[in-house]
Amino acid sequence: MSARLTPPVTARDHAQGPPDAPVTLVEYGDFECPHCGRAYPMVKAIQRSMGNQLRFVFRNFPLTSSHEHAEHAAEMAEAAGDRGKFWEMHDVLFEHQDALEDENLIAYAVTLGIDPGWAAAALEQGLFRGRVREDVASGGRSGVNGTPTFYINGARYDGLLHPTSLLEALVRAATPE
Amino acid sequence: MSPLLSPGTPAPDFTLPKSPDAKLRLADTLGHPVILAFYPADWSPVCGDELGVFNEVLPEFQRYRAELLGISVDGVWCHKAYASARRFDFTLLADFEPKGAVSRAYDAYRAQDGFSERALFVVDAAGVIRWSYLSPVGENPGADGILAALEALT
Repeated sequence: MSARLTPPVTARDHAQGPPDAPVTLVEYGDFECPHCGRAYPMVKAIQRSMGNQLRFVFRNFPLTSSHEHAEHAAEMAEAAGDRGKFWEMHDVLFEHQDALEDENLIAYAVTLGIDPGWAAAALEQGLFRGRVREDVASGGRSGVNGTPTFYINGARYDGLLHPTSLLEALVRAATPE
Repeated sequence: MSPLLSPGTPAPDFTLPKSPDAKLRLADTLGHPVILAFYPADWSPVCGDELGVFNEVLPEFQRYRAELLGISVDGVWCHKAYASARRFDFTLLADFEPKGAVSRAYDAYRAQDGFSERALFVVDAAGVIRWSYLSPVGENPGADGILAALEALT
């Protein structure tokens, strides 16, 4: 099976890097997943190395059966996104994977200038649950097979979760035939 | 690896324990599509990822009125502990005695290892296999093939 990103990247997605970059890397990730935690600095390093050759997109795939804090962490990232702070929250969460209780999430929101009452209500009322579930549904169709799952220009990357392997695949995708 | 039962084949009927005190017969659950997910063992990491992914995608399966059944040779008490620890919202069936009999009926048994293959079947509402997929045993197949097969039924 050749798994393809379904649906493709749209304006709805959270993206870093130019929209017309020759390579788009999409991650389906879980903020509590240790493998995603290991991938986080790799992606950062790759972004620095590739510069404007790369667009990076993050979609949520919280594995709630294994990670009890993952759903709320994803919802808080989306809540922050609603306030224009998605990437700031994304980074804070991956840098504090061992502290993802609701009170931690709300404290992170505060450091980003988000009203704590609103952040708490967003979690309690599940304001961003639907958005997270949309990501999960698209992940199912895209063939997510664990977290993280990466897509390079729409094709699932089945190589090693290793900085050199991932960078090589990205550079290959960026290089015209 | 022998080939799995292929599309167009009537799904062999079976009755397996779904809990310490209840059984499930395939023929009784039909009337809607059924996804059979054979997997090697409870608790092993890849299975956890596979079933964990499927658990998240259950609402997408339900859009097609499809029911997911996980099947391995683990016993009912093992399944119960596993499903509870992982908070799975679907049924696990114990192909425990005679060991692997249902997996064998679907050509999804690894006799050399004594456990089921990592194999997927989509059975339509009438009980006919419409799609099957054998995954390398250490590889999580993801849900895209299942969803495409369910879409094709509509």
